[in-house]
Amino acid sequence: MTFDPTTEEGRPEHLRPPAAEAEAIWKSFARTEALQDVSVSVLPGECHALVGRNGAGKSTLVGILTGLLKPDAGTVRLYGEPAPAPGDRAAWQQRVACVYQRSMVIPSLSVGENIFLNRAEGSLVRWRELRRQARGLVLEWGFDLDVDQPVDELSVEQKQIVEIARAIAIGARFLILDEPTAALESRAIERLFERVRRVKASGVAILYISHHLEEIYEICDRATVLRDGRRIVSAPVTELDHERLVAAMVGGDLARTSREQAAVAVDGPPRLRIRGLSAATPLGSVENVSLMVHAGECVGLFGLRGSGAVTIADAVVGLVRPSAGAIEIDGGVGYVPEDRHARGFVPTLGVDENLTLSILDRLSRLGFISGPRRREVADAMSERLQIVASSGEQLLSELSGGNQQKVVVGRALAAEPSVLVVVSPTVGVDVASKEVLLGVVDRAREDGTAVLLVSDDLDELRICTRVLVVRRGTIVRELGTPPWDRHELISAAEGLEAA
Amino acid sequence: MTDAALEHVEMVRRPVRRVLLGSVRELALVPAIAVLFVVGIFTSPAFFTTANFSNTAQFSAALGMVVVAESLILLTGSFDLSLQSIYGLAPMIGAWLIVSKDAQGLGTKWNPGLGILVVIGIGAAVGLFNGFMIVKLRFNAFIFTLAMLILLAGLQQGIVSGRTIYDMPPSFIYLGGAYWAGFPVSAWVTAAVFLAAALFLRYHRAGRAIYAIGGNLEAARAAGIKVDRIRIGVFTLAGALAAVAGLMIAGQVVAVTANQGNNLIFTVFAAAVIGGIALEGGRGRMIGAFTGVVLLGLVNNVLVLRNTSTFWIDAANGAIILIALGLARVVALVRT
Repeated sequence: MTFDPTTEEGRPEHLRPPAAEAEAIWKSFARTEALQDVSVSVLPGECHALVGRNGAGKSTLVGILTGLLKPDAGTVRLYGEPAPAPGDRAAWQQRVACVYQRSMVIPSLSVGENIFLNRAEGSLVRWRELRRQARGLVLEWGFDLDVDQPVDELSVEQKQIVEIARAIAIGARFLILDEPTAALESRAIERLFERVRRVKASGVAILYISHHLEEIYEICDRATVLRDGRRIVSAPVTELDHERLVAAMVGGDLARTSREQAAVAVDGPPRLRIRGLSAATPLGSVENVSLMVHAGECVGLFGLRGSGAVTIADAVVGLVRPSAGAIEIDGGVGYVPEDRHARGFVPTLGVDENLTLSILDRLSRLGFISGPRRREVADAMSERLQIVASSGEQLLSELSGGNQQKVVVGRALAAEPSVLVVVSPTVGVDVASKEVLLGVVDRAREDGTAVLLVSDDLDELRICTRVLVVRRGTIVRELGTPPWDRHELISAAEGLEAA
Repeated sequence: MTDAALEHVEMVRRPVRRVLLGSVRELALVPAIAVLFVVGIFTSPAFFTTANFSNTAQFSAALGMVVVAESLILLTGSFDLSLQSIYGLAPMIGAWLIVSKDAQGLGTKWNPGLGILVVIGIGAAVGLFNGFMIVKLRFNAFIFTLAMLILLAGLQQGIVSGRTIYDMPPSFIYLGGAYWAGFPVSAWVTAAVFLAAALFLRYHRAGRAIYAIGGNLEAARAAGIKVDRIRIGVFTLAGALAAVAGLMIAGQVVAVTANQGNNLIFTVFAAAVIGGIALEGGRGRMIGAFTGVVLLGLVNNVLVLRNTSTFWIDAANGAIILIALGLARVVALVRT
């Protein structure tokens, strides 16, 4: 049976079935309930926003709507018909197209071939026909693309256009855009919105996922908010004011951070001073950022992924080369990286060796390391961090995530740095380890270390004495006295000012 | 977009500049080959003769066949070191089953046609096994095919206790020994295989899928390409091609030695890579791999005609490969 959404077009609008309809979806992974009784429907010609904080269940829902995940319970209907079988990729692709955050183009092939990837009728590719159709499509939609150009020569924006063009070429009447603006500049975002409006006007249904709430007000008609795997609200965006949207995302309780940190009075010269920092990276560029961290202070940099907060930290520790500005550091820097698996520890070495990796010069003579001295230093650190390991020889790869992270923090502190840069230190660790880790960082601060904590987790910010909110590469707000107002933080980070 | 609307799309030819730029990687060796021709002509009057080209073609045919096989796997983003052992073991077992005990055979004296089927079957079976283990069971391609290389080469030695199989029937050695129109059959066949592979890669949807898989496996899978099936299929096909190449060389030397295929894989990789087949997958064309084989064949030919000591030929080969890689790197830099 072939699928032909065009037969629906003659019907009056209110009788047309939704382009996509997920009903009472349940899905769990191992121990976590990712989705609980979630229902969403997206109408033809509608741009529907899917909103929620990290871990709210957005990705799981996208997986289910694209057929990559199978729901435990509940049904998915596309244009009124039951969803195709899970393994039938071709049928899914005909109905749903998704532009993912990570690029799904083939760099070595031409634009035209990427648009019509794996879509030859029969077994042979008719190149003239392919180029002609690709050109036709590009002209019809006003895309600025040369169909013969290899994709690896394109900009990020152009690659995304290729993906949108592919979705149009497939003829899918339901399009999912997953954080499409994350890697784009503001002018490119405007052009993207123009394209989204055109696609929408042609009757295609769009599910739009974004962390930037102001975008939702600009191009979406309705919004669905997920929190902790549940649907909190689905409503037209005109009925969802900023306050209500943020409240739905954050939840009513815990409006303020739990433990209160006393404000710290600072004097004397700063340990870390950043002046007019600009840096361009694919993970979030920053422009003209200035900040100071004094001894005994913990400054939080709160920002969403891609906001540039992590780039500032990377610049401080020298992993990113600034294009402008100056970074002055009084003393040494300790660093707890965001991706501990990639940069944080050596999985094939033991606990002691990992803890002392950055201070071997102090433990050795003529290059030979003193075993007893290393054990002494490592034992003290293990105790301070309450690291649970069978011995100092146990390999890091055998430890739990929480204990691995303790080792990473311990290594950063081993050199007794005057500035400690910490990025999302408690991601993926258990609650008990989280308390220990935050406690250790807080104690280091009390002992006089200047701490720069980059995080998108409100709970981690409770150890901060000051919080700066980063959005689109600049510091948009400073909160000077704890406790922090969650609504205020999220509104600033998402680009909404609480009404 | 409707067909009627398509009528109005003005067809623009691909700009010549773009076509040339796209082929720069593949044609980087053409100047080097031209230089070798000139050097060859000045080296010896015997160089520019049909007999010499015929010999060089025969010398390169079996290598070229394995280069096609390895290039196909490389394009999918993987590789198979054990092709050199397939190249030795498959014809060894085929010959072993058809020749008499006196000629170091098993004494079963099978029909030669059946022997040839066994040769191809063994190649395909080993390729299928490698592909399955690497694609489905996620074995590391390097260490797994290295182990297979050693294992199969050991079997090849063990079966004949290190001796050489000879006295093979004419039909078994036809592919490596016969001539058509003054040129060896093996050269014609390898040329045809190169052409077929090039057309397959360019025009068949499975050929395009090979590029997509090597370029971005996730994206290929998301586009509905049956990634695993195609990858394993390519391993299988490559195994069969390597076995046929082994049959060619057996026909040329009219024997199968216990060492047939030793060290071949290095030359295979060199030819493919200097011809522009990217080790990381997704990039390169058969015409490039072909120029790689031609270059290595000509280098050897010129060195032999100059009476270079055989002991120095390997060193010269290595130097040439390094120079070619340097050129390819320069070309890549110029392109970006």
